[in-house]
Formats: sequence, C-alpha cells, structure tokens
Amino acid sequence: MSLKRKDLLSLASLSVDEIMLVLETADSFKEVTGREIKKVPALRGKTVVNLFFEPSTRTRTSFELAAKRLSADVINFSPSSSSVVKGETLLDTARNIEAMQADIIVLRHSSAGAAETLAHGVKSSVINAGDGWHEHPTQALLDLYTIRQRGMNFNGLRVAIVGDVSHSRVARSNIYALIKLGAEVRLVGPPTMMPSRVEKLGPKVYYNMDEGLRDVHVIMMLRLQLERQGRAQFPTIREYSRLYGLTAERMRLADAGAIVMHPGPINRGVEIAPDVADSLSSVILDQVANGVAVRMGVLYLMSGANS
Amino acid sequence: MTTSTNKPTDRKNEKLIMDAGDISRAMMRIAHEILERNKGGKDLALVGIRTGGVHLAHRLVKRIQSIEGVQVPIGELDITLYRDDLALRKNQPILRKTSVPFDMTHKVVVLVDDVLFTGRTIRAAMDGLMDLGRPEEIQLAVLVDRGHRQLPIKANYIGKNLPTSREEQVQVLLDEAGEDDRVVILQS
Repeated sequence: MSLKRKDLLSLASLSVDEIMLVLETADSFKEVTGREIKKVPALRGKTVVNLFFEPSTRTRTSFELAAKRLSADVINFSPSSSSVVKGETLLDTARNIEAMQADIIVLRHSSAGAAETLAHGVKSSVINAGDGWHEHPTQALLDLYTIRQRGMNFNGLRVAIVGDVSHSRVARSNIYALIKLGAEVRLVGPPTMMPSRVEKLGPKVYYNMDEGLRDVHVIMMLRLQLERQGRAQFPTIREYSRLYGLTAERMRLADAGAIVMHPGPINRGVEIAPDVADSLSSVILDQVANGVAVRMGVLYLMSGANS
Repeated sequence: MTTSTNKPTDRKNEKLIMDAGDISRAMMRIAHEILERNKGGKDLALVGIRTGGVHLAHRLVKRIQSIEGVQVPIGELDITLYRDDLALRKNQPILRKTSVPFDMTHKVVVLVDDVLFTGRTIRAAMDGLMDLGRPEEIQLAVLVDRGHRQLPIKANYIGKNLPTSREEQVQVLLDEAGEDDRVVILQS
C-alpha cells in the first residue's frame, strides 16, 4: 500500500486504506517526535515551500517543524512581502517557486479550489493546508489520529461536530473522512450555520445541542469564525454561547469517556467553557502535538510520489 | 524456537543453504561469541534491524539468557528513514516503528540483521542508533554474509559466509514470519 498521488488536496478523494496509511505512518513519526534528537534524514535535499496566502501561525509552524524534522529545506512565503501585491497570479507565483526546485508546495488560500488549481499547474506536489471553506485535510487527519490515539475505533463511533459548519473546512474534511471510516457523524449548530442539503453527505443534523451531544464519544467544537462571516448569523455572541457553548453540564450528556476536540485557536467562554477546555477530557493540546507527526507522515509519503 | 522438522523446499528455483538445525547452531555459536568477546552479558544490549534482524535478536537474547542467566535488553530498529536511496525510489517504503526502550550510554550494542550485503542497511542503522543515543561500542551480528560490500563495513559475528553472484537473491525465511526456518538462494 502506498499513497500514489502527486497531491493531497482533500479527504473526499482519499480511500479508507490511504487514510489509514497516513495514520500508521504518522505513528512512526510520533516516535521520532518523542526522541531527544527529533530529526531524521528522510527528506534531505528536498525543498518544501510554505505558501500561505492567509494568516496562520499554528498550521504553518506545524508544517515548518514537520519539514525541518525530516531534514528538508523550508521556505516560508507570505504574499504581503512578495510580488503578489504587484498583481502576480497564484499560478505564476507558484511556477516561480517551482523554478527554484521546490518539491512540495504547502498552500493555504482563502479561495476554495485554489490548491486544486495549483496542483494542475505545477509539477511539484501540492498539499492543501486549507482552501477557503472547502477542506483542510491535514487538520482532519490529525483529528483522526488523536481519536485513534485514545484507543477509539472509528466503526460505530459517534462524533458530534458543533458550531459553524458552513464556514468550516475542518468540519468538511472530517465529515468526509469519518463517514468513510464508519463513524456516525452529527452536526450541531444553528440553522444559519448549516450548509444546505448537508445531510446528503451522510451526517445527521441537530439544531438542539443537548440532543446532538447525547451519548457521543467525540465532541469536535468548531471555532466561531467571526472574521469569515460577512453578516451576523446569530443575534449575539452571548446567545450563541448559551445555546451552543460546551459546558461541563452539557459534557455529562455525552458518553462517560467522551473527548473534546477543537482545531484552535479557542475562543474561551464562547464556544467552549474554560473548565472544559482544560479538563481531562480535552485533547486540544494533543491535537497540536500530533499535528507535527501527522504532517511529517504526509510530507514523507508525498515526497516519494513525484519522483 | 527452531526445530528440525523443516519441510523440504518446494520451489524449484530455490537452493537450500541452511536448514533449521543449521540456523539454530549458528545462533548458539554467535551467542557464545558475543558473550566471550564482551566478557559476559553486563552492559550488553541487542538491537534487531526490522524485520528479520528483530526475530534473530530475540533468539540471541534467549540463548544468552540460557547460557549466562542474564536478561539482555533488546531494541527494534526501523532504518527506512535513514536509507540513502529514499529520494531515488518511486514509492516510499512503509515505515515501521523503532523501539529502543533503554539508555544506550555506556552500553555495547550488538546490531543484528539477517543478511549482510552492500553494507548500506548497516550504515543506515548506525546513523539511526546514533540519533537515539551514544552507545559505548557498536558490534554487528549477521546470520549470512553474502559479500558485495559497497561500504567499508565488516560483521563481528557471522552465521555463515555465503559467496554469491549479484544476480542471486538470498532469502532468510523464519518461523516467526510464518515460514519454516531456512536460508535459500533464489536463482533468477
């Protein structure tokens, strides 16, 4: 079994076997990240370009650290200090980067489909690090890895994804992957934050949080992305927090061993109560730590695909 | 454990080099040699190179225990990430986990592998070991040395020297991997 693809653009297009291969590969890298010398020479001589058109500290740092731990050369490219401000297109920018012998381009862009457009235009491998409202495959992979790390089996797993599903690329990637792996996915949030006809993808939709959380094994809270919302989709933050905020009381509705996840950064006291975010059920920091191992796994698997 | 109840090889292009008894005797001799050279099992550790080397390392540890009565720590090393041909390969090899659950400082680490060929695997294994700690000394034990070295590497303990041509393929089949114990040469 190998990941025979030039690019990693979405989880919708990945098979169950391919997803499991990434998770198993990440497992080997988790061992590397636990060593005193957290570096292996696997990507020596390869160049990874982090092409981030949107601000991101967490994902970019995670990819940078992953590439460096694999001994790759890393270039961080941000459009504010580049020719993009002079009107250069995404494809021209990427072709210039490719001309500098980039093997892998990690792209974060505000437009859905940007990663796919880029992948068609360049020979380098392209990894989607979030494109608009479309997908964020490596974040979902690290979520899956964290669930598995807790000894949970995907088949029959009940997962509630709570919050602004319509604006969430993390949610979309997780829905595709979890359903493929045999989990029951519930989407919880106000109707204004649900994509239309999302049930067709397989999840059940709940507008009442208490109902949606009943007996679930995993609660994935989404960040309230105020910066992405053109107009308000709820009357006040206080009301949203009262109806859809995760509190210790609501946690009791879930399965006794349920875990709480969040892609970060968290809005404390808005979508998640501070005591829940810091509780033993919270795996939020595990997700960050696992992110490096999962991205090492993805970079490693992609580095062999375009030889 | 190995037994002498081997089924004869049924593949026509296989030439039997060592049977279960030969492998067992070679393992016993290597265990004695390791203990003799290192004056006992103190400060000794064995690290098997995945996957064949791991099985053989476990066998050696059992034999050392039976001879000397000491339990020698054992580790398992996956050298994939240290290979020098990763960039040349079309598909990335599948990774397996490395597990060396002891401190190698001041220890004599005996690397164990099934076949010694070009020496590149052993070079990668030594790089891998060095990233995990600083052993006092690294020694090498192999079941079969088939020659054709591309790097200046020599084993300290050898089960069998086996002159081969480059076109031939040496396979070590082990009980732990669901095969009857035997070493064969596959003729192409």
